[in-house]
Amino acid sequence: MTASKWRWGLIDLVVIVFALVPVLWIASLSFKTPATITDGHFIPREWTLENYRNIFATDQFVRALVNSIGIGLIATVIAVVLGTMAAYAIARLDFPGKRLLIGISLLIAMFPQVSLVSPLFEIERSLGLFDTWPGLILPYVTFGLPLAIYTLSAFFRQIPWDLEKAAKMDGATQGEAFRRVIAPLAAPGVFTTAILVFIFCWNDFLFAISLTSTERSRTVPAALSFFQGASQFEDPTGAISAAAVVITVPIILFVLFFQRRIVSGLTSGAVKG
Amino acid sequence: MTATEAAAKPATRSAARRARARLSEGKKAERRLGWLLCAPAAIVMLAVTAYPIAYSVWLSFQRFDLKFPDEREFVGLANYATVLTNGYWWTAFGVTMLITVVTVAVELVLGMGLAWVMFRTVVGRGLVRTAALIPYGIVTVVAAFSWKYAWTPDTGYLASVVGDGAPLTERASSLAIIMLAEIWKTTPFMALLLMAGLALVPEDLLKAASMDGATGWQRFTRVILPVMKPAILVALLFRTLDAFRVFDNIYVLTAGANNTSSVSMLTYNNLMRGLNLGIGSTMSVLIFLAVAIIAFVFVKLFGTAAPGSSEEGKR
Repeated sequence: MTASKWRWGLIDLVVIVFALVPVLWIASLSFKTPATITDGHFIPREWTLENYRNIFATDQFVRALVNSIGIGLIATVIAVVLGTMAAYAIARLDFPGKRLLIGISLLIAMFPQVSLVSPLFEIERSLGLFDTWPGLILPYVTFGLPLAIYTLSAFFRQIPWDLEKAAKMDGATQGEAFRRVIAPLAAPGVFTTAILVFIFCWNDFLFAISLTSTERSRTVPAALSFFQGASQFEDPTGAISAAAVVITVPIILFVLFFQRRIVSGLTSGAVKG
Repeated sequence: MTATEAAAKPATRSAARRARARLSEGKKAERRLGWLLCAPAAIVMLAVTAYPIAYSVWLSFQRFDLKFPDEREFVGLANYATVLTNGYWWTAFGVTMLITVVTVAVELVLGMGLAWVMFRTVVGRGLVRTAALIPYGIVTVVAAFSWKYAWTPDTGYLASVVGDGAPLTERASSLAIIMLAEIWKTTPFMALLLMAGLALVPEDLLKAASMDGATGWQRFTRVILPVMKPAILVALLFRTLDAFRVFDNIYVLTAGANNTSSVSMLTYNNLMRGLNLGIGSTMSVLIFLAVAIIAFVFVKLFGTAAPGSSEEGKR
C-alpha cells in the first residue's frame, strides 16, 4: 500500500513539474535584474521588482490590461446570457431546429478562426469597428457561445426541475420558485461557464493582433508582442516576462479556487453534449 | 348497452382530439419560446461566421490589394491558381499537417497517461488536477515566450542542454520546439476529455476481466479502449482541428522564419504585412475547406458521435 503510494506520489511529482516549469521560468525571468537576466540560471541570483514597476509605469501595458479585462468581461457576460437562454431551451424545451442549433455551435467550435481574419478585417474597417472594443467583443462572443451552450446545457440537464413544481405546490410563486430553487442550482454551472469563456477571451491572440492597430483596443497578449525596452537598445525580456506573469495570475487563481468546477465543466460538456 | 357505448366512443374521441389540439397549442407555445430563446445566440454566431465566410469567397475572386485599391477587379479563379501553385503555400501546408499529425499523436498517448494519473492517483489528486489545468488555462503567448527564452542561447536554461548553436534559428529544431510548446499547452485538454471517457468504464467489468486472468495490457486494449472509443474520437476530432489552426506559438517562437509558417501564419502575413485581401481571402477559403474535409473524413471514417448527437447515436 505504501509502496504504491510512493509510486503515485512520484508520478504526481513528474506531472506537476512538467506543468509548472515554464510558468516558474517566466516568473523567474520577471524577477531578474537587467544585469543577470541573460545568465541562464533558473533561480534568480539577484531579485528585483523593477520590471513590474516599469511596466505599470507605462501607458502601453496599463491600457492593454484595461482593454483585456474590459473586453473579456463584456464578451463573457454577453456570451453567458445568450448561452444560458439557448442552453435552457435545448435542455428543457422541445422544438424543431434544436439539432440544427447544436450542429451550428459544433461547427463554430471547430471553425478555423484565421478564415475569419481577412473578411472581418475588411468588414470591420468599413463599419468603423476596426480597432474598437466591440470589434473584438463580437468574435469573442461568437466563439465563446458554443462553449457556453455545450457546458450549460450539460449542467442544465442535471438540474432536478421537478423541484420547481414542488416549490410551487408548496405555495411559492413562479418568481420565488425560480429565485429560491432553480437559480441556486443553476448558479454553479453558469459561474463555471463564465470562467471558461473568460479564459478563452483572455487567451485569444489571433483576433487581438489582426483586428486592432493601436493601444485603444489592443489586449495584453497582442501588446506583449509589441513590447520594446524603455530605450531602443534595452532588452524587453524583463518587461515581457513581468507582463506575462501579471496576466497569468488570474488564471492561476481561477485554477486554484475552481479546479473541481472547471474539470467538471470541461468534461461534462465534452462527453454528454 | 351497445347504444350507450356507441354514443360514448365519438365523445371520447372528440375529447381526445380536443386534448390534442390543446396539447399542440401548448406545443406551439413551447416551440415559440424555444426559438425565441435560441434566436439571439444563433443570429450572433451566423452573423459573425457565415456572412464573413461568404464575403471571403466573394473577395477571393477579386484582385484586391490595399496598397493599390484602384486596381480592384474581378479575376475569377486566378487567386486560387496563384496560391495553389505557390511553393510557400504548400510548404506552410506541409508544416501545418506535420505539426497536426505529430502533436495529436503524441498528445493522445501522453493525454491517456495523464488522464489515467488524474483519475487513479491515490495521493494528491486535487493537486495533480490543479497543476494539469495550468497549461490549459495559461495564455498561449505567455507560454510561448517562456519557451522562447528557455531556448535562447545564454538566457535560457534549455539552450545549453542541447549543445551550442541557437535552436530557434534552424528549421528542424524550431519545428520541434513549436511542437513541444503545443504539446505542453494542449495535452491537459486532451487528458480531460479522455478522463471523462475513463469515468464511463464500469469498475465491475475491469474486476471481471482481471478475474478471468486478463493482464493489465489486455484489460486496457480489450475493455477500457472499446468503452472509451467515443470519448477518444471526440478528443481526436477537437484536437486535430484545433492543431490545424496553430498560430500563437509560431508567431512568438519563430514568426515563420526558416519555413516554419503554418497556413494560419501565412494568411496572417499576407493580410497584415502584405495587405493583400484577395490572396488572404483565398487562403481563408482554402483553410476553411481543408478543415471541413478533415471534419468530414473523421465523421465518415470513424462515425464520430459528435457531442450533441449522442441522444440518438450512442445511447
